[in-house]
Amino acid sequence: MESINLNQSIAKNADFIQHVGEESGQPVQKCYQCGKCTAGCPVAFAMDYTPNQVIRMVQLGMKDELLRSNTIWICASCSTCSTRCPCNVEITHVMETLRIMAGNSGTAPEGKAKYVEIMYNALLGTVERYGRTYEVGLVLQNNLKSKKLFNGADMGLPMLQRGKMKLMPTKVKGAAEVARIFSEVRKMEGGVK
Amino acid sequence: MRYAYYPGCSYHGTGKEYEASTQAVAKKLGMELVEIPDWSCCGATAAHGKSHLLNIALPARNLAIAEGMGLDVTTGCAACYQQLAHANKRMTESQETREQVKKVTGKEYKGTLKVKSLVEAIGTIDPELIKSQVVKPLSKLKVAAYYGCLLVRPPEITGFDDPENPMFMDNMMKLAGAEALDWAHKTECCGASLGVSNLGIAVKLINKILKAVVDSGADCVVVACPFCHLNLDWHQKSVNKQLGTTYEMPVFYFTELLGLAMGISHDELGLKTHFTDTQKVLSLVG
Repeated sequence: MESINLNQSIAKNADFIQHVGEESGQPVQKCYQCGKCTAGCPVAFAMDYTPNQVIRMVQLGMKDELLRSNTIWICASCSTCSTRCPCNVEITHVMETLRIMAGNSGTAPEGKAKYVEIMYNALLGTVERYGRTYEVGLVLQNNLKSKKLFNGADMGLPMLQRGKMKLMPTKVKGAAEVARIFSEVRKMEGGVK
Repeated sequence: MRYAYYPGCSYHGTGKEYEASTQAVAKKLGMELVEIPDWSCCGATAAHGKSHLLNIALPARNLAIAEGMGLDVTTGCAACYQQLAHANKRMTESQETREQVKKVTGKEYKGTLKVKSLVEAIGTIDPELIKSQVVKPLSKLKVAAYYGCLLVRPPEITGFDDPENPMFMDNMMKLAGAEALDWAHKTECCGASLGVSNLGIAVKLINKILKAVVDSGADCVVVACPFCHLNLDWHQKSVNKQLGTTYEMPVFYFTELLGLAMGISHDELGLKTHFTDTQKVLSLVG
């Protein structure tokens, strides 16, 4: 197994450690590794690093490992960890901060993590265009990008029969205002795709 | 009781029974739900993974419109509620955030509103008023009230009910005459949009919840979120297929069961579009 010099990692990635703390607004340095977050996490079984490991890795400045991990994408943002943390670290916000950093850094997520990013983009793509989520467009885009063409295909007919999915999108009058929100955020933050 | 009402994108789609039953029950309770004109998507459940600013700005457009109406906001969807309540908290706390968001949305929000989930809005109505509308008590029905995540967590954003053992829906079901059971998985996560992106993970989460419902002896699950409903109702079939289980557990919105107890017709409540057969429960209700 590859060894890591922790002193060097902390020194080299001091900016990263500070940035994660500031952007998430969370006192990550307070974590003393009780493990309560991981004990309650419903999706820990599917993660490459558990939530308590992620917080320790932030403290140690392990930027590359974190931005490449699937954990930051698998996290369902259920906030069980945040609610139970004895140090009041909202771990959900730390996960989200790392996910945003990974997305903006061009680190392409792989496997399960990739499917999460594809879903985000498919959903937000319909919102940017129509002002509201367009489910059929979302599913088609999601399946095309994830190369799982028949993902949820068995859902289509029962949904349509029950009138639970509309073939055509609903466009809000203020769709241009919503599109402007996306373009302004892009201008201000640069990296948002 | 007047609210600025935010239906959310699933209101005419996957969550149409929720919308229909919400409107019907609100009418019975004298609750006026004034739809926020030209409301747009709140960004759930994707914007939080793209940009902190986008995640606040998308719901903020709706809060700004609602502020012009001078009414506090309510919404049935737990994910929309979380988005609106989170943005409201961030903007109420910080002038800097309000100004930054205004630059992006082009709309000013002063931060004067409260955001309530529909569970809180109905659950804080005088119990005697709710009881007075109950004409067909659900006395043969045992229910497991499922709250999921975003309705009660994190408590800094939600705060109206206990994050580990919430009781609002249980109490409403009791007012409707049903027996609300004490059970283990009230606030476990259903996986939400992992049902779209990684179904293999989501089915494991859904299975745990359904197993706990069955173990509790409940006749049905009661939910307050279109995403929870989709995962527990539609994906029940996926769980059975992938994990070899044999669940046939009906999943109702709390407003559907309140509506049944209030004698509202099945048609008006939109009861005919569930995926898992509801007949077992409907025959108990009579």
